[in-house]
Amino acid sequence: MFTVQFVAGHQCCRSMSEATDIISTVEFNHTGELLATGDKGGRVVIFQREPECKTEPYSQGEYNVYSTFQSHEPEFDYLKSLEIEEKINKIRWLPQQNAAHFLLSTNDKTIKLWKVSERDKRPEGYNLKDEEGRIKDLSTVTSLQVPVLKPMDLMVEVSPRRVFANAHTYHVNSISVNSDHETYMSADDLRINLWHLGITDRSFNIVDIKPVNMEDLTEVITAAEFHPHHCNLLVYSSSKGTLRLCDMREAALCDKHSKLFEEPEDPSNRSFFSEIISSVSDVKFSHSGRYLLTRDYLTAKVWDLNMENKPLEIYQVHDYLRSKLCSLYENDCIFDKFECAWNGSDSVIMTGAYNNFFRMFDRNTKRDVTLEASRESSKPRAVLKPRRVCQGGKRRKDDISVDSLDFTKKILHTAWHPTENIIAIAATNNLYIFQDKFN
Amino acid sequence: MFPKGTKRKFSDSGDEPAAGDEDVNQPSSVAVRMLSSYSLQRQSLLDMSLIKLQLCHMLVEPNLCRSVLIANTVRQIQEEMTQDGTWQIMTQALSAANAAAQCSADRLVATEVLCRQTEGGVTMSTVSPQAPTSYLPGTFGMDPCWEEENGEDEEEDEDSEECGSGSEEGDSDRLVEDSRTAEQVFGTFEIKNPAPSPDPALEELFSDVDASYYDLDTVLTGMQSAPKMGPYDLLESLSSHGPSPLSSSTSCRSDLNELDHIMEIIVGS
Repeated sequence: MFTVQFVAGHQCCRSMSEATDIISTVEFNHTGELLATGDKGGRVVIFQREPECKTEPYSQGEYNVYSTFQSHEPEFDYLKSLEIEEKINKIRWLPQQNAAHFLLSTNDKTIKLWKVSERDKRPEGYNLKDEEGRIKDLSTVTSLQVPVLKPMDLMVEVSPRRVFANAHTYHVNSISVNSDHETYMSADDLRINLWHLGITDRSFNIVDIKPVNMEDLTEVITAAEFHPHHCNLLVYSSSKGTLRLCDMREAALCDKHSKLFEEPEDPSNRSFFSEIISSVSDVKFSHSGRYLLTRDYLTAKVWDLNMENKPLEIYQVHDYLRSKLCSLYENDCIFDKFECAWNGSDSVIMTGAYNNFFRMFDRNTKRDVTLEASRESSKPRAVLKPRRVCQGGKRRKDDISVDSLDFTKKILHTAWHPTENIIAIAATNNLYIFQDKFN
Repeated sequence: MFPKGTKRKFSDSGDEPAAGDEDVNQPSSVAVRMLSSYSLQRQSLLDMSLIKLQLCHMLVEPNLCRSVLIANTVRQIQEEMTQDGTWQIMTQALSAANAAAQCSADRLVATEVLCRQTEGGVTMSTVSPQAPTSYLPGTFGMDPCWEEENGEDEEEDEDSEECGSGSEEGDSDRLVEDSRTAEQVFGTFEIKNPAPSPDPALEELFSDVDASYYDLDTVLTGMQSAPKMGPYDLLESLSSHGPSPLSSSTSCRSDLNELDHIMEIIVGS
């Protein structure tokens, strides 16, 4: 896969300088036709892929803005005197069942179901009102007509269909649509709730790790996801680096896990930061449902659902940071939550890093590459050049030294098209879309 | 950087590692220096962690995951220090410093950062004893003390007899608390019954602070009642007293930005 270059396609950059436009989530829909991004200001922008055009070969499959809407507004919790941020933490698409598209978007407390539909026809020829909508003088109406639908400019309408509120005391970090297409889960730091997509005033608590005494709290839920095929299975990750697979058929409350995935600690690498860097920031099932991909601070790991005692594969994302953990703790970077992604065939995994770098690992060839998402290196249709971070020793031209890495430029959110080699990278307030032209 | 977490060996030399007295042919003095450097690093990590726990955003609920991870780090350090006996030394050194008038100003800094006090002089039990030492590394003669104590095999169970001797009543309460097991350490975030306040001026400064702020649930999940202290007061008081906290500059700045933002919203509406 890495013998082929990635070409920077059309850059659909939402590059505004305000802090509220920091992209906080990126998600392709199930066909890859639509790409949704959420930002810190509570806005959602949906991009649509243009159909391939034979006359303009280079414009094939470019993503253009399809719709923009304000999903969440800032709120104020009067009981606690605290602000509830409008930042969109996650967006998940529902599988498409009719002409409209549905997505779930969530901030820290409230999940909303949005319907995205197109309107390209409008009725004309009403009997009681004229073209501008004014009521007609009835004396002028001599015959009845049936209104006909005439084409109009495409309009994309977005409307909130459900609001799932007041179910989370803590901050929602994950939502996941079940394969039954009827239910979904929302996970906060201590609890996971199961919802029916049609019912907003009731949800079922299926995982609760809140201790009786909050003073005894040592572990939180960091991410959760449903199995892609088995509607009874879900996985959730913790701040202690463990994964728990739960089967909803076993009990109503899935506090007791079916499987516990945990890697034994390496005593030679132990430090005061061991626990923090083992905290899992993202967990994703493979498309096949056979594997799990997790991301902690320094590594990405692939787990086999059938092997609980250790991961199948471990990929070092940026091991050169291991000696800098104290500084990264001081500036809080050690708490950054990087996401990870599978490609469509589960053969390549991708995750972000600092300095606007992101990494891809080919599971079969064991080769990896570091690429950069930046304006300077991403002219339209440019080929992305592999980057390298050097840690002293031999230094090649264009290498970046560890000390010159920019830790404010972090790629936390990445997404991979479900079937093709198209990736979406969120770099602060810019969205980059790269595709593999030689597919 | 931090050396690997292996059990450190007590140095036989018993010499206080002085800066100007280096003898590279004496591996034991080098070892002692390394060990004291490790303890300084560990102490600074502890201080940094405690400050991080304190300076959570006052307007938005603090990130629970981050708070839990930092608290676990603090507990881990405290466990190790308890095992080494460093904990007892620090608390004893604290009681010594308490008597020393010269330390009172520095003590103010630390106590203010880490201990909110009501009129009754409530303190956070585990936090307060070490708080003053965080700004006074080495002044309590930690190195010689450590060498004396290092041979002991400290249990994590209560050594109230040992700790309580020769210290003030308020300190002995805290010392007993400190030597509890790790599980109970986390519980020290609770407000205990008032210990005598070390400084009436400090009491006055914080007399209107709501003690429930320090309930752990509150700390981790956001404030349960409106803070009596305005959003700018804490930062002002921090800057006006002594050295600024270790790593708060960036968080202070972001806090100020957030405060500006919320003030805009309030004023705008």
